[in-house]
Amino acid sequence: MQPFIQFESVSKAFGPLTVVDNLDLGIAKGEFLSLLGPSGSGKTTILMMLAGFERPTSGTIHLGGKRIDHLPPHRRQMGVVFQNYALFPHMTVAENVAFPLRMQRLPRAEIDRRVERALDMVRLGALKDRRPSQLSGGQQQRVALTRALVFEPDVILMDEPLGALDKQLREHMQIEIRDLHRRLGLTIVFVTHDQTEALTMSDRIGVFNAGRIEQLDAPHAVYDTPRSRFVAQFIGETNLMEGRVAALEDATATVIVEGLPLRVRRTDGLALGQEVSLSLRPERIRLGADSVGGNLLPVTISDCVYHGDHMRVQLASGPLGLVARCERLAGDWAVGTPVTAGFDPADLTVLAR
Amino acid sequence: MLRVLQTLFGLLAVAFLMLPILAILPLAFTSSVFLTYPIPSWSLRWFEELATADAWRMSIVNSLIVGAGATVLSTLLGTLAALGLRGRVLPLAGVFRTLFLLPMVVPAVVLGVGMQIFLARLGLGSSYTGVILAHTVLCVPFVVVSVSASLQGIDPTVERAAMSLGAPPATVFRLVTLPLALPGVVSGAVFAFATSLDEVVITLFVAGPNQRTLARQMFSSIRENISPTVAAAALLLIVGTLCLAGLAALLRRRDKRLIAASAP
Repeated sequence: MQPFIQFESVSKAFGPLTVVDNLDLGIAKGEFLSLLGPSGSGKTTILMMLAGFERPTSGTIHLGGKRIDHLPPHRRQMGVVFQNYALFPHMTVAENVAFPLRMQRLPRAEIDRRVERALDMVRLGALKDRRPSQLSGGQQQRVALTRALVFEPDVILMDEPLGALDKQLREHMQIEIRDLHRRLGLTIVFVTHDQTEALTMSDRIGVFNAGRIEQLDAPHAVYDTPRSRFVAQFIGETNLMEGRVAALEDATATVIVEGLPLRVRRTDGLALGQEVSLSLRPERIRLGADSVGGNLLPVTISDCVYHGDHMRVQLASGPLGLVARCERLAGDWAVGTPVTAGFDPADLTVLAR
Repeated sequence: MLRVLQTLFGLLAVAFLMLPILAILPLAFTSSVFLTYPIPSWSLRWFEELATADAWRMSIVNSLIVGAGATVLSTLLGTLAALGLRGRVLPLAGVFRTLFLLPMVVPAVVLGVGMQIFLARLGLGSSYTGVILAHTVLCVPFVVVSVSASLQGIDPTVERAAMSLGAPPATVFRLVTLPLALPGVVSGAVFAFATSLDEVVITLFVAGPNQRTLARQMFSSIRENISPTVAAAALLLIVGTLCLAGLAALLRRRDKRLIAASAP
């Protein structure tokens, strides 16, 4: 099936600098897709090309089967929510929300009705005659969101919309946006550099680095089975180890890391003698009496930090250093105590180098 | 101690700037025919003279005609120039900006001579159109500076938001850019009008006897016979200018509030 939005070999260069490099990306109708990456990875440029503020240097963009990359922004039917809200400072809340409906030349009475309904939906009805300057950041963002939704656009584009809000408000807005997405069946493309935001909100995450997609997957897949060192390091915390494949068995393989044999799940294309990286999430390591699984390592505790709901434990095994995250510690472990660290072969993700 | 000194210095500076103006103003109300102190008794006869003597009455009307014409024209041109120079999309934008501001620094005499020759060639010597054009050249920089500052305060994402919400470029300009830049446009227009009102040198070169403006009339009346009518005219100009400046300041304050509001 043809995806709702289709990028086909889209590149964008600013002078000698290639910001988006030969991108192929399909987005399904009703999907919540996050574009995640460090600044300068091209994610915002992709959004701007979709909105029509930038033109691709080469390649095509289709929306619902129609080519749109040459259309000006006002003919694309996309609601855009900007990081700094971009409300019209000289208009009231109601006038801001009415703006897209006025552009569609709807009758006055219908505009009023829809503005009122939309503002009530986000509980801003009482503030409709205020100017944006008289609203808090969270309220301004809700107005911006309402303004982008009210004309029922095909797609909602969000450019780090929650970046300027404090943590508590951000989490509240995340829930609100997810709820709107589910209730209205919206197609949302969401740009963020906040991995937690991407993990909690999206149907799929596209992880970008240097203008290319490193991985495009469901949140759990991006986290549990990262496909590159970049993805493993960018999303969440991880232990990266360098090693060499020493033996291949039926379902497992053995990788030697710093002289220690570690058993990993055998994947296609793994060859004897191949240099690989292993990624191991800190919470997958279990210590002491809890340690079970295919890999048991004798380690010593080199540091232990209390974080309230969990402990971060630094482990050392010869030259190899690891970070473990434990909910509780079985026993009293001072720095320098020798313990056993255990982890499953399935929790070691093998990455090509 | 330092505070006292600072205040004192500030007061002295203000006095230095204001005293010459304050010295002339009471003479507008003198009953004497000489522009000198002491004032024998108070009278409004010189204001009456302003309103009734043909030369003065005509010069006030001329000033209003020329001022209005130059203000409209320079506001239009200056606003367009500021819009064109915005965002540095134009090659050589910096060069153009300097060129537009040049009339502010070129000596008025030089401009005056040049314009007299130029306008005569066009057949516009000693005509209202000629004087209005000459004043417009002088007023444009004030509008460019004021509108540019206003445009700079507009967040470009606000205009992008308008586009994404379905507004074609002309509508974005009409409903978003222009309303947000309006305080700058108005305060530019006020400056332009004030500039035209007290312009003498260029007027000396390009205006004929029929286009004698108030400032020009004051200038020649000082040379010919120093009558207190000059003081009365000066009071009129100062009060008018102060009113306009007050209006501009008011608008700028509103502008600042709006812009402070648009940035999160």
